[in-house]
Amino acid sequence: MKILVCISNVPDTTTKITFTDNNTQFNTAGVQFILNPYDEIALSRAVELAEGGKGTVTVINVGEVSTEPTIRKALAVGADEAVRINAKPHDAYFVAYQIAEYAKDKAFDMILTGRESIDYNGAKVAGMIGELLDIPSVSIIKKLDVDGTTATVDREIESGKEVITIPFPFVAGTAEGVAEWKIPNMRGIMSARTKPLTVVEPKEVKTLSEILSFETPAPRGQVKLVPADDAAKLIDLLHNEARVF
Amino acid sequence: MSVLIYAENADGKFKKSIFEAVSYAKAIAAQNNTTLVALSIGNVAAAELSALGKYGAEKVLNVSNDKLKSFVNQAYASVIAEAAKKEGSTIVVLSNSFSGKGLAPRIAVKLGAGLSDGAVSLPDAGARFTVKKSVFSGKAFAVVELTSENKVVSLTPNSYKLVETGGNATVEDFTSDLKDSDFKTIIKDIVKATDKVSLPDAELVVSAGRGLKGPENWGMIEELANLLGAATACSKPVSDAGWRPHSEHVGQTGIAISPNLYIAIGISGAIQHLAGVSSSKVIVVINKDPEAPFFKVADYGIVGDAFEVVPKLIEAVKQLKAS
Ligand SMILES: Cc1cc2nc3c(=O)[nH]c(=O)nc-3n(C[C@H](O)[C@H](O)[C@H](O)COP(=O)(O)OP(=O)(O)OC[C@H]3O[C@@H](n4cnc5c(N)ncnc54)[C@H](O)[C@@H]3O)c2cc1C
Ligand SMILES: Nc1ncnc2c1ncn2[C@@H]1O[C@H](COP(=O)(O)O)[C@@H](O)[C@H]1O
Repeated sequence: MKILVCISNVPDTTTKITFTDNNTQFNTAGVQFILNPYDEIALSRAVELAEGGKGTVTVINVGEVSTEPTIRKALAVGADEAVRINAKPHDAYFVAYQIAEYAKDKAFDMILTGRESIDYNGAKVAGMIGELLDIPSVSIIKKLDVDGTTATVDREIESGKEVITIPFPFVAGTAEGVAEWKIPNMRGIMSARTKPLTVVEPKEVKTLSEILSFETPAPRGQVKLVPADDAAKLIDLLHNEARVF
Repeated sequence: MSVLIYAENADGKFKKSIFEAVSYAKAIAAQNNTTLVALSIGNVAAAELSALGKYGAEKVLNVSNDKLKSFVNQAYASVIAEAAKKEGSTIVVLSNSFSGKGLAPRIAVKLGAGLSDGAVSLPDAGARFTVKKSVFSGKAFAVVELTSENKVVSLTPNSYKLVETGGNATVEDFTSDLKDSDFKTIIKDIVKATDKVSLPDAELVVSAGRGLKGPENWGMIEELANLLGAATACSKPVSDAGWRPHSEHVGQTGIAISPNLYIAIGISGAIQHLAGVSSSKVIVVINKDPEAPFFKVADYGIVGDAFEVVPKLIEAVKQLKAS
């Protein structure tokens, strides 16, 4: 079983988000970058499925050389090898196109992504790779089991879940529930240093979208506090002032 | 040219979020001086289909093929892209529902279109097609320009108002060639959570955290939610501990919601929690610690013990309903 896990390098969840150049660029100064939490879940499941010689796990990242510490972390968690497409990820289509181009002649059985990246929150890459390779894609999944060459997944829907079977090869976007996060141990960290990390140059691709600027949400006004012994007043305010019910 | 809206149904009915997306697509059609075509796939009764006209669809294409009775991501994407081509629709609109998230990227690739996912406002009516979306898990917005000729936009539920235009829609059957290779996935089972209000669709949400001490104390949370017709939610440690199901977990690693009202009870307001709820229209915080970070982003608050405050709220809602 050959598994490809797409990993993105994102600002740590506690980062204060600011912008420069007249609000057109994300300010990376002093920002700690991490492996996208959902990708960590995908990777953890991939490593579990491949354990005991049942398969191999390749991680792929579209990013500049600055993402290599995150890639090494993925190797420490248990991936066998890594690929970095040497380019700034312009948008989801650019990323999906590079990954599809890399994967198209490598016969991966399963391509996993996170449900979304916590920076641009697009949830787009999985479906785009699926379409580019003309194979099924499911997002968002909360459970992933494999039997032979067929996977069974739980797909999240508004009213609950669908249990779906998918034959290899396919793409899936994973969320919590698929696996527990794996914390790399010392052996993993040591061996990550010597695992192969291949750098591949990007392919030319059409630009379809452009981020023009960023805005920060309008601050909420001062909180209106209601005394605890007059809790009924809160219901009155929500009904008559905020008019939410 | 025209605008195409994919009107997803849930068990034969359109939800409010779909009518929001139709209203939104109608406004985009008006910006472009063109018509709005709706596409429905699956078993939907004629009266329900024509309801799409009320929100501005001039024509409804109805696909009722046995093979498409339940959702198949790849096949649905093919049908929607084909309809867009046949109708000359350069703009395709969807709701950013779970199915919409699966479909939009595939449709965009099929049409060579740029995709603006999770839009929260109308495109700018100027020369450039720009749409605002939430980024950095609710900490900012990005203004994204789609530079391609074809465009796909998915609308975040609860971020555009319903606009009734009072029009009528003509309903036409639409058939398309189906490829066997689009039907590789098979639905084995559909497990419905319960008959409760579903969290991603909910307009009102009552949520509780570790401050509630244990699962046995959720009775009052459910009672308050039931009285308000609200969905229930929780913080991550609560679902991790198995006090509540994972499907209720909101935040960075759970689901992101933007209801009209979010009541947070005994939740500290960690940044990862806020990531999933900060775009709620009105936030109410009940916490015994006046320093809890959640108060900084709240509209209304009560500093107090949940076990004393929540029963009082329940009483007050009962009285309001009786009056
Ligand atoms: C990568 C990562 C991802 C994460 N993702 C998420 C996520 O998606 N969602 C999420 O929720 N968290 C997430 N977390 C965890 C998050 O950081 C917090 O730990 C979590 O939100 C805290 O949950 P809580 O507020 O319920 O509990 P606590 O932080 O323990 O807060 C309990 C609150 O209850 C109050 N309280 C106690 N007793 C009472 C009482 N009797 N009446 C009223 N108030 C009372 C306390 O004052 C306190 O403010 C994530 C963390 C990491 C590192
Ligand atoms: N630059 C990147 N390199 C590799 N994979 C990526 C990259 N960006 C996003 N992904 C993958 O695509 C998923 C969804 O990202 P997005 O569509 O941006 O929300 C992420 O969880 C990753 O698995």
